[in-house]
Amino acid sequence: MNVKLRVWRQKGPQTAGQFVGYEAKNINPNMSFLEMLDVVNEDLTKRGQEPIAFDHDCREGICGMCSCVINGEPHGPEYKVATCQTYMRSFHDGETITVEPFRAKAFPLIKDLVVDRTAFDRVIQAGGFVSVSSGSAPDGNAILVPKPDADLAMDAAACIGCGACVAACKNASAMLFVAAKVSHLNLLPQGKPEKDRRVLAMVTQMDEEGFGACTVTGSCEAVCPKGISLNFIAKMNRDYFGALFKAGPKPAAAAEA
Amino acid sequence: MKLDARIPSGPLPQKWDKHKASIKLVNPSNKRKYEIIVVGTGLAGASAAASLAELGYNVKSFCIQDSPRRAHSVAAQGGINAAKNYQNDGDSVFRLFYDTIKGGDFRSREANVHRLAEVSVNIIDQCVAQGVPFAREYGGSLANRSFGGAQVSRTFYARGQTGQQLLLGAYQALMRQVGLGQVRLFPRTEMLELVVVNGHAKGIVVRDMVTGKVSSHSADAVVLATGGYCNTYYLSTYGRGSNATAIWRAYKKGATFANPCFTQIHPTCIPVTGDYQSKLTLMSESLRNDGRVWVPKQKGDKRLPGEIPESERDYYLERKYPSYGNLAPRDISSRAAKQVCDEGRGVGESGLGVYLDFADAIQRLGIDKIRERYANLFDMYHEITHEDAYKTPMRIFPAMHYAMGGLWVDYNLMSNLPGLFVIGEANFSDHGANRLGASALMQGLADGYFVLPYTIGDYLASQKTGSRPKADAAEFKQAEQETNERIQKLLSIRGRKTVTDFHKELGRILWVHCGMARTEKSLKEALTLIPALRDEFWKNVNVPGTGEDLNQSLERAGRVADYLELAELLVYDALMRDESCGCHFREEHQTEDGECQRNDEQYAYVAAWEFTGVGKTPTLNKEPLVYEEVHLAQRSYK
Repeated sequence: MNVKLRVWRQKGPQTAGQFVGYEAKNINPNMSFLEMLDVVNEDLTKRGQEPIAFDHDCREGICGMCSCVINGEPHGPEYKVATCQTYMRSFHDGETITVEPFRAKAFPLIKDLVVDRTAFDRVIQAGGFVSVSSGSAPDGNAILVPKPDADLAMDAAACIGCGACVAACKNASAMLFVAAKVSHLNLLPQGKPEKDRRVLAMVTQMDEEGFGACTVTGSCEAVCPKGISLNFIAKMNRDYFGALFKAGPKPAAAAEA
Repeated sequence: MKLDARIPSGPLPQKWDKHKASIKLVNPSNKRKYEIIVVGTGLAGASAAASLAELGYNVKSFCIQDSPRRAHSVAAQGGINAAKNYQNDGDSVFRLFYDTIKGGDFRSREANVHRLAEVSVNIIDQCVAQGVPFAREYGGSLANRSFGGAQVSRTFYARGQTGQQLLLGAYQALMRQVGLGQVRLFPRTEMLELVVVNGHAKGIVVRDMVTGKVSSHSADAVVLATGGYCNTYYLSTYGRGSNATAIWRAYKKGATFANPCFTQIHPTCIPVTGDYQSKLTLMSESLRNDGRVWVPKQKGDKRLPGEIPESERDYYLERKYPSYGNLAPRDISSRAAKQVCDEGRGVGESGLGVYLDFADAIQRLGIDKIRERYANLFDMYHEITHEDAYKTPMRIFPAMHYAMGGLWVDYNLMSNLPGLFVIGEANFSDHGANRLGASALMQGLADGYFVLPYTIGDYLASQKTGSRPKADAAEFKQAEQETNERIQKLLSIRGRKTVTDFHKELGRILWVHCGMARTEKSLKEALTLIPALRDEFWKNVNVPGTGEDLNQSLERAGRVADYLELAELLVYDALMRDESCGCHFREEHQTEDGECQRNDEQYAYVAAWEFTGVGKTPTLNKEPLVYEEVHLAQRSYK
């Protein structure tokens, strides 16, 4: 099959970008979308031009490094599939495919299709962990976890941190990403001691990074390669308001929290 | 060179405890005066960086991805072993130790492996406490499954995403320390040189992959956790960015490289479909718990799998290895697949594939149970092949997967270069000639959470606080200059072939001449082909763009340049090791039924190679493998 590409090329954050047209010829439909870009890049290199920069690593849909908005949809046309697991059979012969970077204020562009998603790391640094140092854990079976809780926590923990939810949202909100991590940890007994502190700190950091507000349109869930449910946003909101309005005395030395 | 493994004396089960009690400590108020560099943020690197920071050391953590959470440990699917014996099925530290030694075909160090089995239980506790959502029974306790090379159920798992969940646990622990200011994070930063000052590793030279700036970082100790080198073969199950540059630079600065020819080929990957293929995708070994491997009995049988009656199928693993069946270890299963394909009984368009069939399991357990266990793997298989494995058997074929070899380390995980520690897949220490499934995650986390935090103190205590060199010392300046010159050289060749052209060719040479089966003739041939390809690379490679911004071609060029040297070492080692063991199968040495024929008298040693110059024969150093507890035996999985 043959396809035409319109790819966003931008040398760096300070220079203006533009769509540039390319042709990909004799493409095998069983090729992945990124392998098709590899072929285009090999061709560009042979013609003495700079290849298209794009992020990728595991190419099996789990590392979250690949991004790209393909024909207006983060991670392309297939439901619950990342860009790297998108295959050319999802497009038709002769189609023009538009490829852009994830666009959000909190994800500044680096080059071409590559953006900076370190804002996500900073949100995790704010509270997306259990404060347990190596060596201080009780036996793994000392605290029993009901299977439904563990399963639900796993559903949330499946997030790969790619940022498609932000790219899809008209407000560039990171609520699905943050909610997934808050829910994963808050659902488990091991995460309970820091439940309130975690949700407050992570939401504050999320706002500081410049992510937008959530209006629950659900576009995030629709494009999520792991199908993380919008219900986790509702759960996070409950945790958030619960923590915000928690009454009662606080320990005297709680200044740091 | 004298290699001292520094294995503690005394009975095997007491070595680690004794060692911990006798090595030097750094007092808490002195820990903050030391700076430690950790390169790589996979399971080993992230867990080490977090644990060292928790102890109070100042840590700098480097990774090539945009976030530490992307490291390729994330892709491990099946699980992590631990000798918990929660299943009451007879497991013990000794059994896990013995299975690992035996699985490695008696080419690993007893003391290291025993320690690994001992701390395996702590890993599970630690991960549970971090909030890793392991699979649970209805009663709330942890669930287990079985993996290859073991007759007990000791594998803990989080659906088919165990690596992801364990990595997120370690990543979150690391992020906590970044938030506390104890770790400084350098994402999108690639280590390009190790800096050795007065014989000790004291820093690294890195390139900022976004701005192209080359700079130096000094430290009191350097930890490499940069993974394995199987991407030398071009096609593998590794991430595309995984590379050998950090360990190769260290090798060229004097660290010895152990057992480079021990590279593992995983039996269950999705077969290659075309020349454009950029990587191979693994289908977890855990699938062999419920899947049955078979090919048609008849050569060239082109019928659809469903049309081949039971009597005309050869469940060859069950036939050849009745007691382990479909759970035979990886090296044995891979070779068995190659054998049936060589006989012309392979399936799929290319004939390079075997079936992994779930029909029986679905009938026995119901489709829901299978979905619960493996849904994400079946989904992934569907995404890639467009086939529904609930209805038709998967097609699988072996692929390069893991490097058991790596930089040589002593019992403290320190290389022969003082101050250079190597952990996880990047070192050689625990898996011998073949790694068992679900043991890589165990080793990475053992090294990072529970071994290195103890042993690094023994070295640091011998280094005066504040004695580390400054990052503008002469040794650093020189290393920076060499790095810059090398980058400029790569950019200035402007030849006619792309980096990928060379990488693919190198991969083809290695796969054909030094892949699942090796002969003296094939290896000698590779030793003429590789240097020729390397010479051509430095004359005819085309690296577009400049060194001053994000340039992925330049990044790859530097890595492929290193593979072109490493490949030669790998082949030297394979040629020298004139025996078959584990994944290293020399056709000259096989038993009557095609199994590995070891030669313990001559080759029961670790081959640690020393760099003597590019294109020159490296020097072989031998660390004899002394077995005190285990009786060397022909492996049998029958």
